Amino acid sequence: MALSIVLGAVLVVGVGASSMVGQLPVSPSEVIGSLLRAMGIANGWAPDDPIVESTLWVVRFPRIVMGLMVGAALAVAGAVMQAIFGNPLAEPGVVGVSSGAALGAAIAIAFSITALGNWSVAVLAFAGSLLATFIVYFVSRSGGRTEVVTLLLTGIAINAFAGAGLAFVLFMGSSSSREQIVFWQLGSLNGARWSEALLVAVVCVLGAAVAAAFGRRYDLLALGERNARHLGVNVEGLRMASILLVALLTGIGVAFVGIISFVGLVVPHIIRMAIGPAHRPLIIASAFGGGALLVVADLLTRVLIAGADLPIGMLTSLVGGPFFFFLLFRQRRRSGGWA
Amino acid sequence: MSLLVARDVDVVRDGTVILDGVSLEIQRGEVLALVGPNGAGKSTLLGVLSGDARPTRGAIELDGRPIGDYRPLELARHRAVLTQENAVSFPFRAIEVIQMGRSPWNRTSRIDEDSRAVTDAVEATDVSHLLGRRYTSLSGGEKARVSLARVLAQRTQLLFLDEPTAALDLRHQEDVMLTARALAAEDRAVVVVLHDLSLAGAYADRIALLSGGRLVASGTPHEVLDAEVIGGVYGLAVRVIVQDGVPMVLPVRDSLPR
Repeated sequence: MALSIVLGAVLVVGVGASSMVGQLPVSPSEVIGSLLRAMGIANGWAPDDPIVESTLWVVRFPRIVMGLMVGAALAVAGAVMQAIFGNPLAEPGVVGVSSGAALGAAIAIAFSITALGNWSVAVLAFAGSLLATFIVYFVSRSGGRTEVVTLLLTGIAINAFAGAGLAFVLFMGSSSSREQIVFWQLGSLNGARWSEALLVAVVCVLGAAVAAAFGRRYDLLALGERNARHLGVNVEGLRMASILLVALLTGIGVAFVGIISFVGLVVPHIIRMAIGPAHRPLIIASAFGGGALLVVADLLTRVLIAGADLPIGMLTSLVGGPFFFFLLFRQRRRSGGWA
Repeated sequence: MSLLVARDVDVVRDGTVILDGVSLEIQRGEVLALVGPNGAGKSTLLGVLSGDARPTRGAIELDGRPIGDYRPLELARHRAVLTQENAVSFPFRAIEVIQMGRSPWNRTSRIDEDSRAVTDAVEATDVSHLLGRRYTSLSGGEKARVSLARVLAQRTQLLFLDEPTAALDLRHQEDVMLTARALAAEDRAVVVVLHDLSLAGAYADRIALLSGGRLVASGTPHEVLDAEVIGGVYGLAVRVIVQDGVPMVLPVRDSLPR
């Protein structure tokens, strides 16, 4: 309850501030007026200036929607990944799923692959994240659980391999595609378009709904694979569906905004501390929390240094890295080793 | 009709014969103890009987149907299993873990029994004072009892308990076996792996003695707990004492320095 209020407040403030702040400041009344007008309610607050109107509807709103949806997708992907790995440290960025997606997308950009039209980058990003998820999953699990060491080492290996692939693609690509890839790798919500934001929204909402529907089965999975099976869970089926889900949610996020790490680690963890580990509420709250986090982070990228649009992936890693270290440290102290 | 029938079950893993021609029938209303030395194949047999693993050869029928034909959810409504591995990945509360035992009955008419089943299980395992605690913060014996409560809450006809007494103190060991007896009295069947032969002798209707993957002896405690048979299988001289009409197995310790 308290959590819903906090999340709701952060969301409203974040979205509101994001709409107002920028090169062209817009007043709160103009934002509300414009939104009301779009809903067909005529009012006196709505901005008359077409530049303000287009700033809101062409630049800021799609960017906000993209931030909300990508944040939600990444947080849900993190929660699902932690559930199937039975480990609270699993995260798409850490274990290399994001770099798999990045490699796929970079290949599409550098070699101008357009066989699948405008969505070629997204499809290849999905393929890359799917491949990486499968590899991590099958390499790092034993007996239904994943030890931290194995998980991290697998992540290192995949990140290294994807990094090499990225380097090769950069080397082979033209200078313009190089620049495109480098900036895109840093992650940014800048230049989000409605068509992209809506695609991400559809995938994210469907994915989160499926993940929430799996929630009770994820709870049983926490008992270990065998015990979950004894309680009637089709573990293999759940695992496969979840891998597809993680790959889809991560791939779609990475494809349009680049690599944004640690959202999937930080958000579910904080939510778990607040409301406990039951997966259905955890997944739903993580979706909102992830959206709120990314909108606020995106706002910070625009206001921290005046006139500059910092890469958002850099910002989340700056905060997420130390947080990850803290979790690792705590888990080590609790279990008396790096198990 | 027997609830569970295993016929000529062989299990071969990586070229090693782990179970060799084991045939066993389990009746409703009985407690069957599986005993034998380390590496005798008890856990493998339990895994095969409970439908976790397929035997290399042989057939297993639950309620007259091959166990492999059951879907996971259907099987979960017929049998519950307490494994030795009872770690929980996230800090769920003990009560939440016990309630997970009810999940196979979601969306069935038996969901009405939920609170009753959980209350009974909590009472039988003496964990009412632990319900609000995080499972991950419990001691080994407390985890074992909470896990047993989860298995009891599942309320199935057939229960498999793999060394349920291993981490427990004297009193809770007796409690667990009394619970097994109470289940049998409700016409359920309980298959329990035990190391303590005296515990098996006191509480089981039948004992199946495994050694080297073979079923060496099977029958009432008085038939199976024979000093010569036990001594041969465990490679240790033992004495069988009957106290209160119950056979107890004790190692011969004559040569112990005093």
